[in-house]
Amino acid sequence: MEINFTHHQSAHCENGVVSNLMKHNGFDVSEPMAFGIGSGLLFCYIPFLKVNHAPALTYRAMPGLIFKRFAKRVGIKIKREKFKNPETAKIRLDENLTKNNPVGLQVGVYNLVYFPDEYRFHFNAHNLVVYGKKDDTYLISDPVMETVTTLTEKELEKIRFAKGAFAPKGHMYYPIDFPKELDIKKAIVKGIKHTCRDMLAPVPIVGIKGIRMVAKLIRKWPKKKGVKVANHYLGQIVRMQEEIGTGGGGFRYIYAAFLQEAGKLLENDNLALLSTEMTEIGDSWRDFALDASRIYKNRSAKDDAYNNIASQLDELANREEAFFKKLKKAI
Amino acid sequence: MKKSDVPQDNSSLKSGDFKELCYAVNDDGEYTTTNSSGWEPKTIALDNAIQEINERVEIAKNKVINNETSPVEYYMELHKMDISILSSYTSIWKWRIKRHFKPKVFQKLSTRTLQKYADVFEININQLKNINHGD
Repeated sequence: MEINFTHHQSAHCENGVVSNLMKHNGFDVSEPMAFGIGSGLLFCYIPFLKVNHAPALTYRAMPGLIFKRFAKRVGIKIKREKFKNPETAKIRLDENLTKNNPVGLQVGVYNLVYFPDEYRFHFNAHNLVVYGKKDDTYLISDPVMETVTTLTEKELEKIRFAKGAFAPKGHMYYPIDFPKELDIKKAIVKGIKHTCRDMLAPVPIVGIKGIRMVAKLIRKWPKKKGVKVANHYLGQIVRMQEEIGTGGGGFRYIYAAFLQEAGKLLENDNLALLSTEMTEIGDSWRDFALDASRIYKNRSAKDDAYNNIASQLDELANREEAFFKKLKKAI
Repeated sequence: MKKSDVPQDNSSLKSGDFKELCYAVNDDGEYTTTNSSGWEPKTIALDNAIQEINERVEIAKNKVINNETSPVEYYMELHKMDISILSSYTSIWKWRIKRHFKPKVFQKLSTRTLQKYADVFEININQLKNINHGD
């Protein structure tokens, strides 16, 4: 069986699945819209969680939250299921496909065969859509891929039951109930307010304060941890910011695209101006990544280089602080 | 970022034909999407991460050869895992895994425990005991 499902490539997997499933159900929701309404933008430094032997750092909301918030704010209902038994998980998936219902799945990346080898880390919060099955092969629409692809039953089971942090446990989800019309405008305002609150939160590791904290740490790392570890940590920051899924500049460009679209819908010229400003902030994040990568490229960097990029981060924190204060007032 | 500025660097990695979507502004200031084949700073970051993993694997391998650790640690590194991830795949407690890193303890492991590790690493017990089976 094959469900008539249109694949659109997106920058980030979770927004992409939301947007593609909504489009399939007749609601034209773009990826930036899903991201903005779901308050996806964030900065959070998580020192107690180690990823690839370096402290974790994220530029986006926790996996699953974007869809959850999006659904609540536009008034759709999602059915979610997790499984202990792979066999039940498979049966439930097949049932949905027979009912012509494409579903979203949370999967691990490490055993995702169509991904390039070097992207396959133990990361369990990837999302994709299954839209059909032929014999024992599932038809897959993975939003970050250019075209649709396939996975065998065995390959799919393995990634649905990947282990470790955020283990998917076969997690399957799909929208079940839609209002006649989505209340997009109200949802946008809620989404923006939430993002402003997150970014300006009085928590040392979150938002603007989180950026300042990382800046402070970057100055210390080379002395405290040695150049090798410092560079490894820096590499992790750049990877989190620019790796597949962020759309560039640690999601800042997607967010700017959202503000532009929101500005038109709400007929709010301020948002258009703020979109331009966010684009410039995104450009500065890119500059930061470029300079950071230069440090660990020629491994004998001086202390000065670390201080230099730390100052860039401080500057970014100041700009984002001013930005989100303005954004809060603009809606 | 302007659409015309979206980097099209050749990633030195095998992912050459893997093009990801980027958001950028066109000449009229409107946001649009375009594919990017890669960006150098990112490639360097990824290269470094891979290199680091390879180094860790190499170190673990030498430790096994010098009888300082057991093959469990080597295979763990080879599969880009850490102790927590290995623990959740094998359902063996972390402190027990740490003990199994000791060559002496590893020698005495039951077939059942060895099989658990072998299953997760997708090898057989002989391969688990002898890390040079691939050479």
